Amino acid sequence: MPLVNGGKITGDGFAKLAVDTPLPESGDILVPAERFLSEAEGLFKRAGKVGVIWPNNRDIAELVPYLGKLATVALVFPTFRDGRAYSQARLLRERYNYRGELRATGQVLRDQFVFMLRAGFDAFEVKKQADAEAFMQTAKRYSVFYQPTGDGRITALHRRMQLRHSEGVGT
Amino acid sequence: MYAYDEIDRTLVNERVSEFRDQVKRRLSGELTEDEFKILRLQNGVYLQLHAYMFRVAIPYGTLATDQLRALAHVARKYDRGYGHFTTRQNIQFNWIKLAELPDALEDLAKVGIHAMQTSGNNMRNVTSDQWAGVAPGEIEDPRIWSELIRQHTTLHPEFSFLPRKFKIAITASDHDRAAIKIHDIGLRLIKNEKGETGFEVLVGGGLGRTPFIAKTIKHFVHGRDILSYIEAILRVYNQYGRRDNIYKARIKILVHELGIEKFSREVEEEWQHIRNSSLQIDDEVIEDIRSRFTYPAYEKLPHMPDELRQAAADPDFEAWRKNSVAPHKVQGYSIVTISLKPTGGPPGDATAEQMDALADLADKYSFGEVRVGHEQNLALPHVAKRDLPALWKALDKLGLATPNVNLITDIIACPGLDYCSLANARSIPIAQELTRRFANHELANLIGRLHINISGCINACGHHHVGHIGILGVEKNGEEVYQITIGGRADENAALGALIGPGVKFDEVADVIEDVVEAYLALRERPEELFMDTVKRLGVEPFKERVYATR
Ligand code: HEM
Ligand code: SF4
Repeated sequence: MPLVNGGKITGDGFAKLAVDTPLPESGDILVPAERFLSEAEGLFKRAGKVGVIWPNNRDIAELVPYLGKLATVALVFPTFRDGRAYSQARLLRERYNYRGELRATGQVLRDQFVFMLRAGFDAFEVKKQADAEAFMQTAKRYSVFYQPTGDGRITALHRRMQLRHSEGVGT
Repeated sequence: MYAYDEIDRTLVNERVSEFRDQVKRRLSGELTEDEFKILRLQNGVYLQLHAYMFRVAIPYGTLATDQLRALAHVARKYDRGYGHFTTRQNIQFNWIKLAELPDALEDLAKVGIHAMQTSGNNMRNVTSDQWAGVAPGEIEDPRIWSELIRQHTTLHPEFSFLPRKFKIAITASDHDRAAIKIHDIGLRLIKNEKGETGFEVLVGGGLGRTPFIAKTIKHFVHGRDILSYIEAILRVYNQYGRRDNIYKARIKILVHELGIEKFSREVEEEWQHIRNSSLQIDDEVIEDIRSRFTYPAYEKLPHMPDELRQAAADPDFEAWRKNSVAPHKVQGYSIVTISLKPTGGPPGDATAEQMDALADLADKYSFGEVRVGHEQNLALPHVAKRDLPALWKALDKLGLATPNVNLITDIIACPGLDYCSLANARSIPIAQELTRRFANHELANLIGRLHINISGCINACGHHHVGHIGILGVEKNGEEVYQITIGGRADENAALGALIGPGVKFDEVADVIEDVVEAYLALRERPEELFMDTVKRLGVEPFKERVYATR
């Protein structure tokens, strides 16, 4: 699956471990939630970056003690119609101030890019090559946003206020 | 009326171009039907029995006449010359071609209407009182808040893939015409002791297979906090709502399984985190929305103009006036309900010619504004009383002056087996037969206010649970069978109807309804005792006896 990061298709430096894969000597690793929680201390002592794959039905608050050390958090869309990970993403970014990579995995299609970017994702394991290639074009599809989210984009309500003030009172 | 600005228009246009691209990818095979399905639903497109069905949003039921003409244009150019107004302030077109949909959407976008989120597991079209802004005694125009919520929930990045569809309705009057108690979130606009505007918030109502009346989750949420409070409810629902079983995925089930106390604690906790965030609405934002609603320049008119006095001599006019004309908050004006329930016709249908002609009449007599209500009727919200006789004559010529609003032939019915791929039974032919049976206006008047609601399957699109008489089509051994309930209502005293006995066959339904009505006429204490009150006083038994004694 192609990985899009920073708007470009990039290689994925992380090796995905299963619950029972032996720990590699070196290199960056992505570890399933259960295993991560039970082995966290050891994992962080290793050289190499650590990321976690977090299922969408587990409380994201459990990750809070580790957020400063995690290089990536991979959230899961088991099907693209299951939107739980959007809430998890916003909580990570907006409530817990997580600043590392936030990766969307699973059924990731171009039609979700805008929603995902707005919810705080910045890395995407995209299911189809053509969708990955269309990333930049699709991500720019919308220029108007009605709701405030942690992505900092100005909302329609506030843009109107700005326009109104710049036009001056009484116009 | 609410005027879209450049910002709103840009969003709608961007949505149309995205959907054009999605349709193109579907037609080329790049998108599978499974992938495309969700995307088309989010744009109001269903695949039905015969063709694609296209559902267009009419937010809070308000239409400008150029918008109504655009709907007529879509009916004529892309469909078979008519449209079907539904119980959710939408209009549906039943015979549309997928390849032409982006063009139809583009034509609608020019007048600021769209089909965003009229289907799919996201927040649906926000509905409200069709008399908003003109009903005497309302707290304030609920459409200002409806519009705020409409904007906030459109393409929401967190809540576009919820466990199930999500519906919000708002009322600002004591008499609830928006059926807020059968919505996922119901909002009742109120003032607190300090005179501040806010909402009583209800949650977990809904019909379908497991009907529930909504419960109050909070008695007062200040207007400035309403977006954060809704967001808190949705976030709890998004995370804990069931996704394992489509029949248990609605928020009503979550509220029921957790109990309202536990559910409200979860919401409260979430809300405390976000209530002081950028979701807080300052007065300036509300004022900005308020300023884009324009109201007619009403004249100072007499309460009882000569035209009306003279027309009162005509019994046909009077029959219509009595049930179609309601008081307006401005003296000398009325709200006129336009029945889309002619004798023998499918409830809620309007032809392109009727829509165009009605737009002309609304320009002439109602400051260019038309409303759509959940009873599948339309309304002209600002008619000067002196114009009522002329308006009535014009409506009559169009077949739009059937004097049956709120009477037994003002039936709500879903499309049923005639169009719907989920149906177990026919709905429209039952409604048509009943309108013929009770076509006698004297009789209908004698019966008084009585709502019949018909659904062709358990999904309850025709609101059968909350009909004074509810008719639900089910399938039994390959045959259509109808279950009859009585005592339901969708207003401020919302209640679910009770079954009167075993289901009856298609051919028997009209007879059974006649029996129920005869029983009522015999049982009522006085002519003023409405059907609902008799049912409340006596319960199901006497009706059951009357219907089943001879069957
Ligand atoms: C023809 C295509 C239609 C389809 C496939 C359809 C499908 C459905 C389904 C599956 C439900 C049950 C949802 C649930 O409880 O989770 C439902 C409910 C509903 N539909 Fe429809 N429907 C259609 C047309 C209509 C029409 C024409 C109306 C209005 C006349 C309507 C209004 C409603 C309402 C009011 C509900 C009840 C909502 C609730 O439980 O809160 N639908 N529909
Ligand atoms: S109630 Fe059933 S038959 Fe009627 S429109 Fe809804 S899904 Fe179709």
